[in-house]
Amino acid sequence: MQAIIELAGLKVRFGKQEILKDLTIGLSGRTIGLLGPNGAGKSTLIQTLLGFCPVAAGTATVLGYDIRRQTREVRALVGYMPENDSFIANMSAVSFIRMMGELSGLPADAALERAHEVLFYVGLGEARYRTLGTYSLGMKQMAKLAQALIHGPRLLILDEPTNGLDPSARRRMLRLIRDIRDAGQIHILLCSHLLRDVEETCEEVLILKEGQIVYYSDLVQEHKNNQRFVEIETSGPDRGLAEALVDLGCTCTAQGAGRLKMVVPDHFELRDIFRVAADLDLPLRRLNYRRDTLEDIFLKAMEA
Amino acid sequence: MAVYKQTYKGYEGRRTASWSRFLVLTRYSYARLFQSKFLVLFMAVCLFFPVGCAIFVYLSHNSPVLDVLRLRSGAMPEVDGQFFYVYCMVQGTMAFLLTTLVGPSLIAPDLANGAMSLYLSRPFSRTQYVVGKMTVLLALLSLITWVPAALLYLIQVGCVGWSWAQSHAWLAGSILVGLWVWIVILSLIALALSAWVKWKIAAGALILGVFFGGAGFGAAINAILRTRYGSLIDLTQVIHTIWADLFRHSLVVTDLSVEEAWSTLGVSCALCLWLLAKRVRAFEVVK
Repeated sequence: MQAIIELAGLKVRFGKQEILKDLTIGLSGRTIGLLGPNGAGKSTLIQTLLGFCPVAAGTATVLGYDIRRQTREVRALVGYMPENDSFIANMSAVSFIRMMGELSGLPADAALERAHEVLFYVGLGEARYRTLGTYSLGMKQMAKLAQALIHGPRLLILDEPTNGLDPSARRRMLRLIRDIRDAGQIHILLCSHLLRDVEETCEEVLILKEGQIVYYSDLVQEHKNNQRFVEIETSGPDRGLAEALVDLGCTCTAQGAGRLKMVVPDHFELRDIFRVAADLDLPLRRLNYRRDTLEDIFLKAMEA
Repeated sequence: MAVYKQTYKGYEGRRTASWSRFLVLTRYSYARLFQSKFLVLFMAVCLFFPVGCAIFVYLSHNSPVLDVLRLRSGAMPEVDGQFFYVYCMVQGTMAFLLTTLVGPSLIAPDLANGAMSLYLSRPFSRTQYVVGKMTVLLALLSLITWVPAALLYLIQVGCVGWSWAQSHAWLAGSILVGLWVWIVILSLIALALSAWVKWKIAAGALILGVFFGGAGFGAAINAILRTRYGSLIDLTQVIHTIWADLFRHSLVVTDLSVEEAWSTLGVSCALCLWLLAKRVRAFEVVK
């Protein structure tokens, strides 16, 4: 499968500070989640892909086009929804979206038709003649999504699309993202702090930390092969419980203060944990059986 | 995509030529600007003087009408370099006032609303953005400066004949060069200041400040330091020097030489372009 985004030794510097450090990866999922703490370089990566930031070294391609030499082609195929407020306050939504469509190369009449369509699609049909300055935060987010969709892009870059939304607006936004994904015509790069949003919508996840890739995961595959976990908490120190479980073929990590996290191998009986604890005369305070979530993956990546 | 279907559908239709997209910005800017009745009224006022000049040119070559008005044709001033110098002074001032009205609202709101990343994430360059915004001013200012001046020239040619056009061909060139230089420098300063301060009221005040403050400050420098180089920051004196040279008006005396005036204009243009290049960006790096 052709990579949607391909990075090869990509470095970006602002002055002397290196923001993106030697990123190399190929992303080909329909929806790609971009995660990382503040200052990890997520927004810089997006801006670099759009050709806003100069590349210090390495190369990057988006949909097969080089971001340095073919910036115009890249931008023609990308729809970008920025994180911050970006609109013209005294314009009506429909004329603003139409103007954005025309700037992307749509003829005026087609842009007007598409502007009405996308505004209905994102749920702003009834409010499309209102000026953007009078919109609520949720409506502004939807208008930003509409302007990113007007020209029918092949890659939609969403930077924190659910920022500041109330629960119902957030649900509506995520439903739209899933709907766009399921339509099968657009790839989505979703940058968010909210792991739940990424987990609900993305197939691949890329975690950045201090400008470096610390984790990449195919979430679909991960869910298929998801290992089962057991979190154990003992009363007092674990007194060799971890070692005994490792002897039984489990992978165990001590998390301190009598807390253990173990990966349960196939055909392992959970009652063996109780048996081992009984042999060690070790009271168990808590035993929590669950699968790995994106939050676990994220926290693990951050600790690495 | 039909509205009732409410599903996403891509766009596979025709696309416009890339070079022509800057005109989209111009068109939308006009749509916004001409919502203001005051601007429409001001544009009309700006055309009063050219209309008066046209009437003057027509009358000065129409003896029967002059007789009716009891005027002697010899008493009417000639249509020459001095006539167009005065025209440039009046219409140049109107152009300046129009620039202070229109210029600040061109880039400042886009920067204040963070819209730049939306423009520039499309197949639309920074140069196209600046050209699109500049076209708004250039076209408006042209309508009240060199276009009426060219019409006056043609009326004069129509009244006097081609012999006058041949002997005064330099005047046509002077009109075009003199007024284009003025509207280009006005547009660049307005755009650069609009991009610099992000707030249109402040940008308007700054445009006034550059011209009036520059004149006052320049005069103060000249008086205190007993020099004439203070006039270099007085853009009105700079343009008057250039116009006086272009229209061969020997009675106008300024502190600057023509070379100094052209150099000042060149430096001003370069400064404005540098400021625009610094400010018109999709994002800002905060140090």
